[in-house]
Amino acid sequence: MKDNQGVLGIFSYVDVTVETVKKLKRAGFQKLRVFSPVPNHEIEDVMDEPESIVRFFTLFGAMLGAACGVGFTVLTSSDWPISVSAKPIVSLPPFIVIIFELTILMGALSTLLGLLINSRLRRNAPSSMYDPRFSEDKFGVMVTCDKESINEVENILSSQGAEEIKFDEV
Amino acid sequence: MSEQSTLTYARVNEDVIRMLDKPTVKWLALFIPTLGFVGFGLFCFIHQVYTGLGVAGYRHPVFWGVYITDFVFWVGIAHSGTLISAILFLFRANFRMSIYRIAEGMTVFAVLTAGLFPIIHLGRPWNFYWLFPYPNQRELWVNFKSPLLWDVFAVSTYLTVSSLFFFVGLIPDIAAVRDRVTEAPRKFVYSVLSLGWKGSNWEWLHYTRAYLFFAAFATPLVLSVHSVVSWDFAMSNLPGWHTTIFAPYFVAGAIFSGLGMVITLTVPIRKIFHLEEYITLDNYDGMAKLIILTSLIVGYAYGVEFFLAWYSGSPYEWGQFYYRATGEYAIFYWIMVVCNVVIPIPLWFKAVRRNIKVLFIISIFINIGMWFERFNIIVISLSQGFDPAAWGIYMPSWVEIGITVGSFAWFFMFFLIFIKTLPAVSIAEMKEILPVPNKGIKGDHAG
Repeated sequence: MKDNQGVLGIFSYVDVTVETVKKLKRAGFQKLRVFSPVPNHEIEDVMDEPESIVRFFTLFGAMLGAACGVGFTVLTSSDWPISVSAKPIVSLPPFIVIIFELTILMGALSTLLGLLINSRLRRNAPSSMYDPRFSEDKFGVMVTCDKESINEVENILSSQGAEEIKFDEV
Repeated sequence: MSEQSTLTYARVNEDVIRMLDKPTVKWLALFIPTLGFVGFGLFCFIHQVYTGLGVAGYRHPVFWGVYITDFVFWVGIAHSGTLISAILFLFRANFRMSIYRIAEGMTVFAVLTAGLFPIIHLGRPWNFYWLFPYPNQRELWVNFKSPLLWDVFAVSTYLTVSSLFFFVGLIPDIAAVRDRVTEAPRKFVYSVLSLGWKGSNWEWLHYTRAYLFFAAFATPLVLSVHSVVSWDFAMSNLPGWHTTIFAPYFVAGAIFSGLGMVITLTVPIRKIFHLEEYITLDNYDGMAKLIILTSLIVGYAYGVEFFLAWYSGSPYEWGQFYYRATGEYAIFYWIMVVCNVVIPIPLWFKAVRRNIKVLFIISIFINIGMWFERFNIIVISLSQGFDPAAWGIYMPSWVEIGITVGSFAWFFMFFLIFIKTLPAVSIAEMKEILPVPNKGIKGDHAG
């Protein structure tokens, strides 16, 4: 038996959703999740989550890619030195193309990795608390609370005009 | 976006996902002949592998012909997809919203097509992997100073990054399809592809940032890829190739031809699937303006090439350009000039930019013109080099033409499969430009 309870309210309007989140936060509920069919700045502002750390994945990947590009070209050229077209063995201008491409490649791959790790695609909300209409035109506010607070959450959600309220253990 | 005022969030889902219904007779009537042409292209390739490269029209001194032309052409087509999806995203140009998915799909399929040609062009295509840097038995590494190797890195990076960009953009839309389809096998496939997307604020937070970074990477990448392709030529010391304007000239040409192809593809799709409310005249107007810009750059480059050839004082350089405009290949040269510089001129008029039929016809001429541009650069330069004793004429053989036709069919085959399996218009991004559904309550968040 789990201690926490999930309560989900379904709404049709962005402003109502935002207002509901504010009321819930004022009432002391901090474990909130909002579902929406599109990214929305008002929702993002009211949820006030910390800045995404995907950018560090991007930066690290890009730097690693650049380092790999330098290492790869310089080390393999030095490994078996063959003079081509009278150019120096380690000739940076042509290597810049390879370094640039590897920077982009590894930066993009690590951005994908950052997205997959951070958004926790499967785990960020239980499937029972998801409604297929969230990918269409409905907005959802999910509150995770203890069992004693269920009634209070339900009251807030229904006073805000939630069209449907769902409960589940989480 | 006044023309989209009747659209709602729910209608966008309905209209876009309806495109994925069972294939109609019309679709099959396009798909089956396309498969036939792919089959013919494959037959030509097998014939070439079995018989040897002699069946291609290569004659001394022209050993880069239609295959390399096709390679450059398809890489170019791939470019405007990224332009529309990434560069216009960074500029917040809203006219990209309805067409960017089609353009991105086009990018991925065009790179897939382009990647075949360097392999088709090889005498021993089964050894293509020698291009990749791996520790082989002779402990030899590839030559990183060669532009051909830069190409391997640039094109394979471009294929990877544009595929990632395409797929990441699709995740929320695939989730929307997953939530709507009822048949178990389809639901399963879309569930797997959607990676469990639920549209929570947590997911959108990371998703929007990641998307921004993808766009920021794709933008310099797209400029680098065609620059690298142009250096395949510009780095060698051949009159007609050895010039510093090649990189911007190729990039502008690539965007020009890609926009032409986007129009060629979207006009029939818009008509068949009744997407008039999504792909609006404003969208075409925006693309046509970009075509004017790139056509001007390309036209300017044609002029500058002649000026530099004359101004350089090099008889070889000037001889090459004089030959282009007046020699055996002059007809191809003038087809290129007319298609790329003269025919787009009417686009200066708004009435033409908003006339879909005229736009469609112009876009086909652009495709033709840009194919010939690559042919002229590659073949004419090779056929008259420094030594008059080594001049020669090349014409493509039926095998090369067959493989070229097959490559167009190969591209359209992927495209036809795409519009029946994945949302061809971005559901989530279309909703971003619709009015936000607000009830108009007076909360303390107002203002």
